[in-house]
Amino acid sequence: MPHWLNLMIESLPSLLWACLVFTVPLTLLSFALGLSLGLVAAITRLFAPRPLGAIVRFYVWIIRGTPLLVQLFLIFYGLPSVGIVIDAFPAALIGFTLNIGAYTSEIIRAVLLAVPKGQWEAAYSVGMTWAQCMRRTILPQATRIAVPPLSNTFISLVKDTSLAAAITVPELFRAGQRIVATSYEPLILYVQVALIYLLVSSVLSGLQGRLEKRLSRYGGTIEAAS
Amino acid sequence: MIALDKIEKSFGDNLVLKGVSVDVPEGHVTALIGASGSGKSTLLRCVNLLELPQSGRVRIDDTEIQFVPGRKIDRAAMLALRRKTGMVFQSFQLFPHRTVVENVMEALVTVLKWPKDRARARAMELLEKVGMTFKAEAWPSSLSGGQQQRVAIARALAPAPRVLLCDEPTSALDPQLAIEVVEVLAQLAREGTTMLIATHDLRLAASIASNVVYLDGGQVVEAGPSQQVFGAPQDDRTRRFVSTLTGQADSQPG
Repeated sequence: MPHWLNLMIESLPSLLWACLVFTVPLTLLSFALGLSLGLVAAITRLFAPRPLGAIVRFYVWIIRGTPLLVQLFLIFYGLPSVGIVIDAFPAALIGFTLNIGAYTSEIIRAVLLAVPKGQWEAAYSVGMTWAQCMRRTILPQATRIAVPPLSNTFISLVKDTSLAAAITVPELFRAGQRIVATSYEPLILYVQVALIYLLVSSVLSGLQGRLEKRLSRYGGTIEAAS
Repeated sequence: MIALDKIEKSFGDNLVLKGVSVDVPEGHVTALIGASGSGKSTLLRCVNLLELPQSGRVRIDDTEIQFVPGRKIDRAAMLALRRKTGMVFQSFQLFPHRTVVENVMEALVTVLKWPKDRARARAMELLEKVGMTFKAEAWPSSLSGGQQQRVAIARALAPAPRVLLCDEPTSALDPQLAIEVVEVLAQLAREGTTMLIATHDLRLAASIASNVVYLDGGQVVEAGPSQQVFGAPQDDRTRRFVSTLTGQADSQPG
């Protein structure tokens, strides 16, 4: 057996373990929390009184305007200076959640605006309250339009979680680094790490396709606004 | 009893309704006619408060809202008034993510909290009435415009509103498809459904309306029984407008 294959097989269990125990939970949790945050932020920006909207704009401005790696360092290495000590995994979770919240809030805002005004009026005309309109009529239609851009964000997130290695979270990339430190085979190990990320992203892309298909089952496109 | 009293509505500096009062007799069809920009659609949308008048009074039965400039309107009162109305839109506005029968069930399930099977039974009855049971499980995007509008009528009728508001219900349809919608509305009229219809479709107005209100420049120019307004209009402006409608009807095929 060639040396490279042998090394890959030997390191596979610890890489997969790191992926399953850290990369996947970090991705799923921060995406779920970030998406909720993004929804609240988008709705606040669109419908809440101006001062609240300004707070959301400020938040999005800060997060989008600074590097994710710097944000993670601030949370993990910076905050202890003011007495706030957060473990590596929760620190990464907070960082990624804030990041996803900012990016998805812009996506959600756009897709909420993309649902024709006539749909609000139709829902109001049958007696729905604002919340009922939102939940039963606007969000389901917005969700369909949101799947491609949100999937994009999600797949980026899978790869961005490798940044958590820099704040000591033992996720997939860091597990690879560790093996490199003892085996001195960076090419082989980092190719393997890259392949695992590629596999995870590909599976997710496939799921995106199925989700889009399912959400498109009602056919046609959303009618133009009247 | 549906009554609009001295309704004033402006968009910015543009005064669209200049103190319009209209009574809609129960069990009859009232047509709002007038040129584009006369304010007829806006007036109709003031009845279910999709537009909020700056001043005036909207009343349906014992539910009444008085609009006073600068005063906020109570949300519960708005909902109560709106729930006494149903609306049919020019562009149908069916919920595209729900099937035909789900569209009709929506208000019953979400607003009135009916159990699903009861809502479905009522929805099927209404689809029967508009001749659309054969498409009950179809998506709206697979229907013709006329079929979509018939479903929209069933949806609007589902919560048994006191008045059916129709905003140019046939304007987005070509004449053949408009006929099927006119027939459905005519049937409802015969059954005594109270309707207020904004339209410039003479066939629709003349064939089913018992009363006609002619609006021009945000004011009521003439109102009365349809034979009188169409047959012997009193005001010059009404006469001119009715003659343009008649000319339009003559040049239409069928």
